[in-house]
Amino acid sequence: MRGLLEWQIATVKSIQQETPKAKTFTLVLPNWFQHKPGQHYDVRLTASDGYQAQRSYSIASEPERRGEIDLTVEWIEDGEVSSYMHEVLTVGDRIEVRGPIGGYFVWEANLGGPLLLIAGGSGIVPLMSMIRHRSAVGSTIPVRLLYSSRTPEDVIYYDELMKLQNSKGRLEIFHTFTRQTPPGWTGYSRRIDSQMLAEVAGPLGSKAQAYVCGPTLLVEAVANGLLQQGLAPNQIRTERFGPTAIS
Amino acid sequence: MDMTQTDINRSFMLDGNAAAGILNEIFALEMTSNSIECAHCGREGEMGTLLAFTQAPGVVLRCPGCENIIMRIVQLPDAIYLDLRGAVYLRLKRASAG
Repeated sequence: MRGLLEWQIATVKSIQQETPKAKTFTLVLPNWFQHKPGQHYDVRLTASDGYQAQRSYSIASEPERRGEIDLTVEWIEDGEVSSYMHEVLTVGDRIEVRGPIGGYFVWEANLGGPLLLIAGGSGIVPLMSMIRHRSAVGSTIPVRLLYSSRTPEDVIYYDELMKLQNSKGRLEIFHTFTRQTPPGWTGYSRRIDSQMLAEVAGPLGSKAQAYVCGPTLLVEAVANGLLQQGLAPNQIRTERFGPTAIS
Repeated sequence: MDMTQTDINRSFMLDGNAAAGILNEIFALEMTSNSIECAHCGREGEMGTLLAFTQAPGVVLRCPGCENIIMRIVQLPDAIYLDLRGAVYLRLKRASAG
């Protein structure tokens, strides 16, 4: 485990619009260090008068990609850092980051499974790093992903998730939509509840390792629901995100 | 602190993962997977599981069991204040333990 984290200047290699509100920034790092899926980077902006704003963003890419990382950032209204990244940052720009950070909300293939991943909104980002890592190392650990979005257009990584599900890899994906469903949708169309958790988590059995990431209220509800399903507290790892993080 | 209602503090609440950067700066270690025992209720858990309140000049980390304050961090330009009165101990894993 590496000790002290140093700030470094990353260069924006590419920017991809994922959804109307989410963009993925591929950053090239002069001091790249292999991350664990689930970890994040801190991003720091400094104004000309010295004022600084700092936020944490989860790594979306798999650790097997060397020298660069993807950060998928959701645009937050009045968000100091996310609005700068969405509206100002362009390819070739440089930005100050430090990481990878975190060790609690991480999963690697050698930790085993089966894996239950539950995401609300952009909470999919650290879970996507786990899914991509699992695929990159050719793991066949069974995974079930329950992904709650407001509307179909808010689903991040939709095509890639479909492709991964269709390749023989024991990855099953369950979407639920809380505001608007696609035409002819027969899947879930409500907030995550006990019945949904039982249906999605049940087939994984009592040994499942659960990772839950999303807004605080979703994380609380899901964690409590999983305890009711009989999972032990040490089988449930959670990461809450909110409108802002530490400045 | 009344956290039985969905108040503004609750809706802004994060968890120990959100403090991983500043904790690493203080301890020069990855801290969210290290355990801490609450001085109030005796719960021991990984620091990533603590409740984090960051919408203030400082950072407040509370116990998810009893919601008492375990740790306060205040950053000034020339120093960092760390108040650990709410903890009995921190358990720091050796690097060789992974």
